[in-house]
Amino acid sequence: MWKWFHQLASPPHFYRISAILAPWLAVPGVILIAYAAWQGLFVVPMDYQQGDAFRIIYVHVPSAYLSMMAYMIMATSGAIGLIWRIKLSHAVAAAAAPIGAGFTFLALCTGSIWGKPMWGTWWEWGDPRMMSELILLFLYFGYMALRSAIDDTTKADKASAVLALVGIVNVVIVHFSVEWWSSLHQGQTVFKKGTMDADMRIPLLIMLLGFTLLFGAMLLRRIRTEVLFRERRTRWVREMILSPEGGA
Amino acid sequence: MKPRQQRMLAVGLAALGIAIAAGLTLRAFQDNMMFFVEVSDVVAGEYPKERNFRIGGLVVGGSMQRDEGSMDINFEVTDTACTIPVQYSGVLPDLFREGQGVVAHGRMGEDNVFQADKILAKHDEDYMAPEVADSLSKHQQDIQEAVVKGAAECRPNDS
Amino acid sequence: MGDYGAYVWSCYGLTLVIVVFLSWRARLRHKRVYRDIEVRLKALEDRE
Repeated sequence: MWKWFHQLASPPHFYRISAILAPWLAVPGVILIAYAAWQGLFVVPMDYQQGDAFRIIYVHVPSAYLSMMAYMIMATSGAIGLIWRIKLSHAVAAAAAPIGAGFTFLALCTGSIWGKPMWGTWWEWGDPRMMSELILLFLYFGYMALRSAIDDTTKADKASAVLALVGIVNVVIVHFSVEWWSSLHQGQTVFKKGTMDADMRIPLLIMLLGFTLLFGAMLLRRIRTEVLFRERRTRWVREMILSPEGGA
Repeated sequence: MKPRQQRMLAVGLAALGIAIAAGLTLRAFQDNMMFFVEVSDVVAGEYPKERNFRIGGLVVGGSMQRDEGSMDINFEVTDTACTIPVQYSGVLPDLFREGQGVVAHGRMGEDNVFQADKILAKHDEDYMAPEVADSLSKHQQDIQEAVVKGAAECRPNDS
Repeated sequence: MGDYGAYVWSCYGLTLVIVVFLSWRARLRHKRVYRDIEVRLKALEDRE
């Protein structure tokens, strides 16, 4: 297990393996998402209170979940990079940021579009759930800005890992905001006390799995680019690119 | 201590420090993090007197009255312990229902009626098909009973 | 879809747009990084 892990963490090995692995995550991911979207849009019954607007849950909840999941991956791999000095883990952190920002933006937009007909407002300043999710978006932007502002990759890795660790506090707030304080946002349903009919819940779980797989593929792809860039002066990259059959 | 363990300790201590600082800050801002004030707190007089604020609760079943020919709406909001009458003029969100959650923005009037200038609907974490909801009407009854029971108990003029 | 069709479809559409955009950007950046390295290595080789 450890041997396998160490091998995977070696850049040339990872570069080769990730290209093979990514489609094995992306294809099932897209199939599951397509199936769950079809279920969510046309098959699942509408909600007794919200009518068809409830169908937005199938894209809103997975994107909100990924917005936090990507952040936790970014922060923990940054911490691993700080402590164990594993080069690959900083590449993972750098790769997770833009994907996380994308899904945070998506969670905010779909939430807002859901909120307009249901709550009666696009956005409410001062609501803890909405504010903390917005801060999460700015944390991602700050993280990416900090990275691109520092030219020295090693320094950028360290500074951004510290920023990511500080920001974990906000992810905890996003998660518990609806429990700790009063909020316009409803409480948790998927893994908590709320109830949801099985024929509504199962497509949501499939959607969550599909999003996770797709996220994994996107992350692998980006780590691969990051590894290539970081290893640009090494022999294996030189040999791969100048080899007669070429790389990719 | 090995350098790696030193780094681990440094990262751990920094994380602990941040967590404590964040915890203290959140404690200090506790009230400001609340999106709305509970009905019981309003009845007990614990609300900002000089500015507008939000109250949150459930709309009491059977309490809604619309004035013919105008946009004026009267209803009552309860947290199942206390009740506040609310007056509002305007369009209600689609999800506004008796027995369902609501957040009203406005201020407390002299006559102990909450004058709302904005009404938001708050839905709960239960999702089900209409047919299921009908057969599960016990669930609905429970809410209604709690709502009506709360409506009888305490009101702003009692205090 | 009743009255909420526009809201629902725009959410699903936006999801598609974001996923495609993220994938497209990633592919673009990979090509650019690869190309830059290739150009630099070829130039080095020519000089030798």
